[in-house]
Amino acid sequence: MKAFTTLNGLVCPLDRANVDTDAIIPKQFLKSIKRSGFGPNLFDEWRYLDHGEPGMDNSQRPLNPDFVLNFPRYAGAQVLLARENFGCGSSREHAPWALEDQGFRVVIAPSFADIFFNNCYKNGLLPIVQPAEVVDQLFRECEAAEGYALNVDLPSQTITTPSGQSFAFDITEHRKHCLLGGLDEIGLTLQHAEKIKAYEAQRRAAQPWLFA
Amino acid sequence: MTAQTLYDKLWHSHVVHEEADGTVLLYIDRHLVHEVTSPQAFEGLKLAGRPLWRVDSVVSTADHNTPTNDWDKGIQDPISRQQVETLDANIKAFGALAYFPFKDKGQGIVHVMGPEQGATLPGMTVVCGDSHTSTHGAFGALAHGIGTSEVEHVMATQTLVAKKSKNMLVRVDGKLPAGITGKDVALAIIGKIGTAGGTGYAIEFGGEAIRALSMEGRMSLCNMAIEGGARSGLVAVDQKTIDYVKGRPFAPKGEQWDAAVAYWNTLHSDEGAHFDQVVVLDAADIQPQVTWGTSPEMVTDINGRVPDPAQETDPVKKGSIERALAYMGLQAGTPMSEIPVDIVFIGSCTNSRIEDLRDAAAVARGRQKAANVKQVLVVPGSGLVKAQAEQEGLDKVFIEAGFEWREPGCSMCLAMNADRLQPGERCASTSNRNFEGRQGQGGRTHLVSPAMAAAAAVAGHFVDIRSL
Repeated sequence: MKAFTTLNGLVCPLDRANVDTDAIIPKQFLKSIKRSGFGPNLFDEWRYLDHGEPGMDNSQRPLNPDFVLNFPRYAGAQVLLARENFGCGSSREHAPWALEDQGFRVVIAPSFADIFFNNCYKNGLLPIVQPAEVVDQLFRECEAAEGYALNVDLPSQTITTPSGQSFAFDITEHRKHCLLGGLDEIGLTLQHAEKIKAYEAQRRAAQPWLFA
Repeated sequence: MTAQTLYDKLWHSHVVHEEADGTVLLYIDRHLVHEVTSPQAFEGLKLAGRPLWRVDSVVSTADHNTPTNDWDKGIQDPISRQQVETLDANIKAFGALAYFPFKDKGQGIVHVMGPEQGATLPGMTVVCGDSHTSTHGAFGALAHGIGTSEVEHVMATQTLVAKKSKNMLVRVDGKLPAGITGKDVALAIIGKIGTAGGTGYAIEFGGEAIRALSMEGRMSLCNMAIEGGARSGLVAVDQKTIDYVKGRPFAPKGEQWDAAVAYWNTLHSDEGAHFDQVVVLDAADIQPQVTWGTSPEMVTDINGRVPDPAQETDPVKKGSIERALAYMGLQAGTPMSEIPVDIVFIGSCTNSRIEDLRDAAAVARGRQKAANVKQVLVVPGSGLVKAQAEQEGLDKVFIEAGFEWREPGCSMCLAMNADRLQPGERCASTSNRNFEGRQGQGGRTHLVSPAMAAAAAVAGHFVDIRSL
């Protein structure tokens, strides 16, 4: 996993509530057995005017000029600004894979769906919850000023606007530690292998039917 | 000892290790694996040279990509076929307690297969790389969907890194009116709490109306907990739970059965247990539900009308309603019962079990698909459900009504196989998500119960099943 420390990133505003993971990456792209290459199909049905299928040359497809990701001013954005309940629906990790592959490292919203939120941390993508009024302010500032970028600082848990206004955000110590170090979570967990074995042995004795 | 909720009990009995910040390693008893969210996890194990921590925790089937007709031709789509064959190869290489591959008689939707095999048991932690894993909470199991990184983590360590959720009780008091199903209860609850209402919570469903639901009804309800934002839905164990599990292939037998039942009977919230939030519905108020928009919370009952965005004061919500009506091709104020349908889909992990098919068949019996309805797909949840339905003659009822009787799989719920809506087509669907494009790009989905779907098929538009 890519480590995350600090970022000064261009912001792209996606002004919709309840953006679901089917919209983030439609089902036909889930047939891939790989973990990479989903970026060009991020928001496929909103982003292109035709119907996308795996294997198409996406550079030749007609872009939807009304979709915010296609506005030239947001090209290269690394911070996605969104509304409440972002990432609801399917548990597909292809959603954070597609966001990350497209170049996003941070998503800011008033709330996230639980599974998506959790999946982000496994992929070096930082989801940041901010109060609705702060998100409103960021939408206004971002839409008003071309080139609007936010400074995201994980060690101090703050985001800072171009005018110098800072907002704090929460993250659990465990997730922060893993993101800062870009750590392999499985490797960390296996440091507790003896504890897992002991728990399992005790469970096998107490509830043998679970080990048929 | 302080009174605990069912969720508290399940959580505490699975904690292997706890960090200072409350992050725990949670032991996982059952890992359900399907073809779509597992290939990258198996690949990760191979690259790191890690085996499965516990082979006998894994139960697997292929469901999302599999076709529902012409099985003798195999899987036509080469990319879908590669994904299913990759699962075959991975299970062969890594092992499993049981595997039900494409065309096997036990094959089916993972959330139908698990319970019917007795692979889902009360008191277990159950995970799967699929958000509808909440289904298994109907058995008093702690069950939720996970991403592929977590699939790999469970495969390698038998644990998840997790934080405890808050407790929510959704109580449905009184008796449900005749014809009202677990699906209607689920949609009514989501209509009340919203699609993010359960975010951060495990929801226990309780009350007289929930106790009265069959196991199939409870599975439909818990299945859609995720549509209310909660990763896990739960129903306390009672005699119905135990009767359902008894005798299934992977259920305990003999002395172990008695010991298991003694334990399972403790799996309910204690008197006076604390819930962070309590939501109460009166069962008598719940009418047959129909969604009108592109989120499951955009729901009303069959006697309702398409809402008017002009009445909404919140600008974000107003924009969502306007966008939904434009996508759905609906006018504000239209009575739900006047909306015609093109396609009907009866199936999915929400509503493809035997009781669902019986409900739909009871409506279809002696009636005919309406002339304006292009296609009615009936897709059983598993090979075993299919066999049971055929034994009861339900297949003939459907075929005589002009419906299509298909092979099991996820099918048009998410349209990863060939079963999908064309742009602009309107579908009465027993599935769980009415998101834009979910059943096919440009497709328009209305979520309903199996009886309501069958009624729409024969009437040609939505209709109150109680008026038939």
